[in-house]
Amino acid sequence: MSDRNDLTRRRVIKSGAVAAAGAAATPYFFSRAFADGHGYRNAPKGDTVTLGFNVPQTGAYADEGADELRAYELAVEHLNGEGDGGMLNTFSSKALKGNGVLGKKVDFVTGDTQTKSDAARASAKRMIENDGAIMITGGSSSGVAIAVQGLCQEAGVIFMAGLTHSNDTTGKDKRANGFRHFFNTEMTGAALAPVLKNAFGSDRNAYHLTADYTWGWSQEGSIQKYTEELGWNTTAAVRTPLGAGDFSSFITPVLDSGADVLVLNHYGKDMVNSLTQAVQFGLRDKQVNGKDFQIVVPLFSRLMAQGAGESIKGIYGSTNWNWSLKDEGSQAFVKSFGTKYGFPPSQAAHTCYSQVLLYADAAERAGTFMPSELGKSLEGFEFDGLGNGPVLYRAEDHQCFKDVLVVQGAQNPQSKFDLLEVVEVTPRSQVEYAPELLGGELGPYNNG
Amino acid sequence: MDALFLQVLNGLDKGGAYALIALGLTLVFGTLGVVNFAHGALFMFGAFCAVSLERIFSTSYVTISETEKDFLGNPLKVDVPYIQEWFGSGTANFLQDYSVPLSILLAIVVMGFVGVVMERGLIKHFYKRPHADQILVTFGLAIVLAEIVRHYYGANPIPQQAPEIVAGAANVGNWFGLGDNVVYPWWRLVYFVFSLIVIGAVFAFLQFTTFGMVVRAGMQDRETVGLLGINIEKRFTIVFALAAIVAGVAGAMYTPIYPPDYNLGMEFLVLSFVVVVVGGMGSLGGAVLAGFLLGILQSFASMNEVKSILPALDQVIIYLVAVIILLTLPRGLLGRQGVMED
Amino acid sequence: MTSSWKDWALLIGFSAVILCLPILLEPIGANYPDLLQKIAIFGLFAIGFNILFGLTGYLSFGHAAFIGIGSYMAMWSYKLLTMNVLPAIIFSTAIAGLLAFAIGYVSLRRSGIYFSILTLAFAQMMYNLAYSVLTPLTNGETGLQTRAIRSDPNQSLLDGDIRVIDQAFGVEEIGVPTTNFFGMAMSGYTGFYFCAVILILGFFIAQRITHSNFGMMLKAIKSNQNRLNYTGINTRPYLITAFVISGMYAGLAGGLMTATDPIAGAERMQWTASGEVVLMTILGGVGTLVGPVLGAGLIKYAEQKVSSWNEGIIADFFSFLPDGLRDFMAEISSLFVGEGWHMTLGLMFMIIVIFLPGGLMEGFRRLSVLFRRPKNRETMKSATIPSTKPGESIAPRAAE
Repeated sequence: MSDRNDLTRRRVIKSGAVAAAGAAATPYFFSRAFADGHGYRNAPKGDTVTLGFNVPQTGAYADEGADELRAYELAVEHLNGEGDGGMLNTFSSKALKGNGVLGKKVDFVTGDTQTKSDAARASAKRMIENDGAIMITGGSSSGVAIAVQGLCQEAGVIFMAGLTHSNDTTGKDKRANGFRHFFNTEMTGAALAPVLKNAFGSDRNAYHLTADYTWGWSQEGSIQKYTEELGWNTTAAVRTPLGAGDFSSFITPVLDSGADVLVLNHYGKDMVNSLTQAVQFGLRDKQVNGKDFQIVVPLFSRLMAQGAGESIKGIYGSTNWNWSLKDEGSQAFVKSFGTKYGFPPSQAAHTCYSQVLLYADAAERAGTFMPSELGKSLEGFEFDGLGNGPVLYRAEDHQCFKDVLVVQGAQNPQSKFDLLEVVEVTPRSQVEYAPELLGGELGPYNNG
Repeated sequence: MDALFLQVLNGLDKGGAYALIALGLTLVFGTLGVVNFAHGALFMFGAFCAVSLERIFSTSYVTISETEKDFLGNPLKVDVPYIQEWFGSGTANFLQDYSVPLSILLAIVVMGFVGVVMERGLIKHFYKRPHADQILVTFGLAIVLAEIVRHYYGANPIPQQAPEIVAGAANVGNWFGLGDNVVYPWWRLVYFVFSLIVIGAVFAFLQFTTFGMVVRAGMQDRETVGLLGINIEKRFTIVFALAAIVAGVAGAMYTPIYPPDYNLGMEFLVLSFVVVVVGGMGSLGGAVLAGFLLGILQSFASMNEVKSILPALDQVIIYLVAVIILLTLPRGLLGRQGVMED
Repeated sequence: MTSSWKDWALLIGFSAVILCLPILLEPIGANYPDLLQKIAIFGLFAIGFNILFGLTGYLSFGHAAFIGIGSYMAMWSYKLLTMNVLPAIIFSTAIAGLLAFAIGYVSLRRSGIYFSILTLAFAQMMYNLAYSVLTPLTNGETGLQTRAIRSDPNQSLLDGDIRVIDQAFGVEEIGVPTTNFFGMAMSGYTGFYFCAVILILGFFIAQRITHSNFGMMLKAIKSNQNRLNYTGINTRPYLITAFVISGMYAGLAGGLMTATDPIAGAERMQWTASGEVVLMTILGGVGTLVGPVLGAGLIKYAEQKVSSWNEGIIADFFSFLPDGLRDFMAEISSLFVGEGWHMTLGLMFMIIVIFLPGGLMEGFRRLSVLFRRPKNRETMKSATIPSTKPGESIAPRAAE
């Protein structure tokens, strides 16, 4: 019984020798992780610089992750002077010359976040510790973004957030090493509420169905705050389990509640299911309090909205960017993305592409990749030509401020990509808020 | 009252889906003695039969439009479905409209084939292996099946339309004199009736045919049936294929309610096991009973009135019920002693 | 039963391999701290899981709950007491033990799949609650993280820490501090060696348990519990003890996860996480001591490295081939690596279970038999693993 896992004596002696060798080599391993002469983590050696693209490749957001990765590859091409240059040509800052960044060719490594904080941190760590990535970017969930942002702060590299919409990312969980281009629920609320008031009137009773986790709560809070300021009532706000699948038992009480607007604070698959099912329950054909019943989906993702099919026609929501925008930057981006891949980019792809350009540009202007220097050149940076009009990277919370798009599900789509119609471009001034509003502290930069 | 009535409907509907999945699972377990973690993947495969049929019906050849432009400003490519070309637009529209119910036929053929291949190729070698091995190999298979689907269909959910005639919601309240606010989607009613028919058919098949009798006898005492000289192997194959078909048609019909994606099987996997175990492993009646019971309880737990007393009850209700039932009724609702306890 | 020199040889060999992992794994590009830490931590988790599953045959589907509670306990220890990991891992082990006693006491009233479903149900309930209503304790989706010392006593403890012990000793903090073991930072290779030493300790304890009278009793439960009951032995205390021990291993693993990477999220408790440790154990070899660690290493390697082989890397790999063939090979491999790494995992499970029912350890054993001279045959015989006796558990048996 006792010798099940026996070893021959010779093998033991051999492994003993290896152990001795290992012991001798250990100090080398202790010291290597932080050893470099430049005073910051993963300072590029040789003539390449490595970026880490951390996107969901498996799980519910895999297609969104794949689109982010496409955008990243495109951005790397453009930085290295390949392809048609995309938004490099329209970007207001002309520091980038299409010869890499600071004279170094841009290289990249990829990782799978699985839309789980643990997995995302593990793959970010791999890219930092093993592949020498100097910046991490990507993701399509706020939980993951906040977790990875915290990690990058500890590790001493820059984090350029991908798709993350929760206030917390640049609110109470903000970090000096983290930067976000995407908008947040606060801006969604500020932009969406006036449009809703114009469309549906100021005497409305809203019923919220909210995904029961931090982003859902953040969204619910913002929409309530701004719609109530304009005179709406909130009849009820009901929490639904994440990934509930069948929302019927949450939808049926809406019929009886006296509410005449249903707000779905869901994203991704939850949004697809809850919206599809709410429409099937005939909510949109109903009349309540003498008004047509309405459904609102505050955060739209065109990619995921395809899953809801016909149901999204006419539904109001907001989005960070849409490929149908006519400005020069958007057009250039859609053209080079569409030529390469055969379909238009998603808002996730757009924000990721922009983030890489912004990072590279900041490095070029700072003259170094050192996080503290590079970060300072992003702080307070004003730019244009990346598709959202004039944008400010605010120094106080590392959040981008730009116009917000209020959209509606297209009534007569011209193609299968033509799902959202831009109803209004809410100007930046209307969605700005004081940095103290969302709390949190950036803390000092960490260079590793 | 209205609210309760609607929640019962919701529960029956959900319960129908749970029961259909659990039925096949417990059938395979009861006869073949195999714990099939790939059963959820069979449900997902069925759903993609519906997606595939819709794709087949809209397979098109391309003509270049003279006037319209696509998103890059190039001439727009217009798709003309082949079936429109072959059968005229009337038939084509009919086929496209009814693609989900028609996909039942496709699902029966495809899932029967998949079932036979799976049983002959893999499952039969695992009859005498420990349950842990069965779980691992079928779990591996479930991942592989899901990844294959993802490779061809992507990770996003793909919406399916119910036929036009049953689109929208039925005014159920009027039928029972409950007022106008009690409406329920037609397709969900269809799905509930459909689940009853399939459950009835499976029971009738096992109850009234010689084949079914042998299978039931095998569920009671496999060794004796084997000793009687009955070719049990062939019957096992058929039983497995039957279970696959039931899961498949259940999945195909579920698509208008729940846009399917490749991960659908995994989502239903844990839940369907809980249903089977609560019903009693190897008990067909138990699976159906537990399916409907858990469906209805889950609906009630989601009501605001309940949640205001017990917050987050809807998050845990299924598991809570499972714990209570297993602790009070050792073998589930209708299970027999000795099954799966080694 | 006496602990022979072979046990000591195994222990020394195991320790040597674990401590040399940074060198041994260099050729396959796995020699970086995070992966090494994960291998050690999940190895420990799997060893503990094997004490329950490998010895008694009771298959728990809820062990992730203990990892989760261990992580949360450790995080609260960092937030309230000190960044020193020692109290944290002691708390996480102890509380996981208590929770395991409670869950085990109830769940072990049933056996077989009923036991599995009970453990699954408890873990899923904890996961769902941690994600939603328990957010004030767990910080929900975002996960519990360490923060700077709060300046305002009204600030939520989720957003500002107090660390009374560190404060009492006057530790100065800049920003958010990192975990340490009496001043030794727990990140990087130090973190790995810390985990490695605990893994070796855990391995040693598991070895002692396996060969003790208690271990014999557990194995007897696996081979025929009824017979034991008939002879008047109450098996339940033994089972509960085994369950608690394996729960404590899991809690310790959870504590170590936060020691090397101070964050605790609810998804650690999801059923997929419980399933993962089952897969690790079976993949490596149920009932063996080394197998679970091997399985843990393999799965973590697949998750971390295979998933990172994107198109560019594949194209480089096949660059020696002519164009057409290269594209073809790249196309084929993209199914299995990069975003297709789940496929590799699924196929790996299937192949191993079909051809090597005893897991990788059985594979090694078969290989070593091939190369071994006949005079060693006695060792071979005793090397059959007890877990795979074909025909022993034909599923639905009538009442015994």
